[in-house]
Amino acid sequence: MRKTCLDMVYEIAKKNNKVIFVGSDLGAGVLDEFKKKIPKRFIMEGVSEQYLTGMVSGLAMEGFIPYFNTIATFLTRRNFEQNIIDLGLHNLPVRLIGNGGGLVYAPLGPTHQAIEDISIMRAIPNMMILAPCDSHEMKKIMPQTVNINGPIYIRLARGGDKIVTKKIKNIKIGKAISFGDFKDVLFVTTGIMTQECLEVVEKLKSRNIKAGVLHNTTIKPFDEESLLKASKKPKLIFTVEEHMVSGGLGSIILETLNQKNSSAITKVNRIGINNVFVKKYGSQQDLLNHCGLNAKKIFATVIKKINEQKT
Amino acid sequence: MKNKILNSKKIKLDKKSIYLRKLILECLKSEKRGHVGSAMSLVEIIRVLYEKYIKKNKSKFILSKGHGCLALYAILYDKGFIKKKELLSVGKFNSNLGGHPEHDKVNGVEISTGALGHGLPIAVGMAIASKIKNTKKQYFVVCGDGEINEGSIWESLLSASKHKLDNLIVLVDYNKLQSYGKNSEILDLEPLTDKFKSFNFNTFNINGHDIKEIDQCIKKVLRIKKKPSVIICHTVKGKGIKIAEGNPSWHHKSFLGENDLNEIEKSLGT
Repeated sequence: MRKTCLDMVYEIAKKNNKVIFVGSDLGAGVLDEFKKKIPKRFIMEGVSEQYLTGMVSGLAMEGFIPYFNTIATFLTRRNFEQNIIDLGLHNLPVRLIGNGGGLVYAPLGPTHQAIEDISIMRAIPNMMILAPCDSHEMKKIMPQTVNINGPIYIRLARGGDKIVTKKIKNIKIGKAISFGDFKDVLFVTTGIMTQECLEVVEKLKSRNIKAGVLHNTTIKPFDEESLLKASKKPKLIFTVEEHMVSGGLGSIILETLNQKNSSAITKVNRIGINNVFVKKYGSQQDLLNHCGLNAKKIFATVIKKINEQKT
Repeated sequence: MKNKILNSKKIKLDKKSIYLRKLILECLKSEKRGHVGSAMSLVEIIRVLYEKYIKKNKSKFILSKGHGCLALYAILYDKGFIKKKELLSVGKFNSNLGGHPEHDKVNGVEISTGALGHGLPIAVGMAIASKIKNTKKQYFVVCGDGEINEGSIWESLLSASKHKLDNLIVLVDYNKLQSYGKNSEILDLEPLTDKFKSFNFNTFNINGHDIKEIDQCIKKVLRIKKKPSVIICHTVKGKGIKIAEGNPSWHHKSFLGENDLNEIEKSLGT
């Protein structure tokens, strides 16, 4: 997914001379061809995210559409004030490409885990947030980012993620994607939690439970219409995110249903990382398991809830 | 260097500089608060820039120390960017002029500044853009001496130097006082010239209240190629207002009473 995203930046840069790539010392050899073919619009800078957020803002103010690539935590935590003032307040067409959204950088520890990025970025007026689930979706979404007014935070998953959107015909920014039948259980997801939940849907099928997934690439602005429609039928709704439960997707769902006076709010259960640092290493899969965020653990949570409802 | 500082104190303000300060006083009378000392120290710097160097489509001015905006508002009024009624509405509920300048409200303001350390990074980005597009624009940025405590300023200097931005001119309003007290006590910047030189900047020291010296230095700087420049403008915080000169408690006044306003008037001879 990461490679697809960056390859797409090159593709769109070839077609649009306003597109410019800016990196902050990440990934030897990244976009070598871009650098070779369009050197004027390839800028690799030092490790200085606060400055660089201002710098890309200056580029945008003079007519460029910068794609600024680095590790997600350094694009959200370190430069938060720049994201608010330089990008949000000025409403500039800057695209922040956050590598390692969620627990991707598992063995690198809490300094590199972007598990509150959605929460903090959604607090910024004018900021759009995108979190595709696979490389196919990324390929469809990236060209659409060029002409969006205002800043965008693009949350990248690890890469090599199972392709589940191949058959989806109309992949559009701002539109959620539905998978399956929501009669009994609805999973509302973003990023690669979509794949995990699609596995859970299959497991539930063997127990005659009809479940489906509402995948949200666009986290902000949120597709309220699709949520309201999907949330009517199911008996249970689970929001599942590779992110803290506070302030992320689950919070968005609760806020949306509350604002719309929807009775579906009582059916919502949030699955995510509690408000704690994840103090373990290993692989991303190890940490997802530790946090209850793989198919096996999500399935167990759902069954437990269903059983609770029966008693 | 000590002579420069003494000269800054001794310099006599001409009619135009007094006039601009009187405009600031009118804002203060309306708002009853404001960054008095911070605005008074940079009047001559902005005056020279707007009188000779800021030209539509050719150059841009960025007040990175946004809290000095009363001086900018006075100049913008003087140059016809804003109306008198607007100038006198500073800080009022429906005014376009706030305690920090906003790009989408004030004609002539390029970016919203106020949080320190933002203006220079943005200006560097603009200057890089101009180089890529070959638009030959110049970018003048005024930073405060307290402001350059911020790390983002020094990150910007590293990059400006790397990109050989001869279209970037940084002017430091070096009044030696920040919010709490003297720079030398809060966070000593010296040797400041050596610091900028080591970042590969053309570095100049001038009297920041001497119109002629500011003009001559900018003229010289604009001829230099392949390197960015910094002009350290030695100034006096609160310049022209006796009670405010060199007085950190006049960095920002959250309330200006009759006595305070009378003191300012007295200094300006009104």
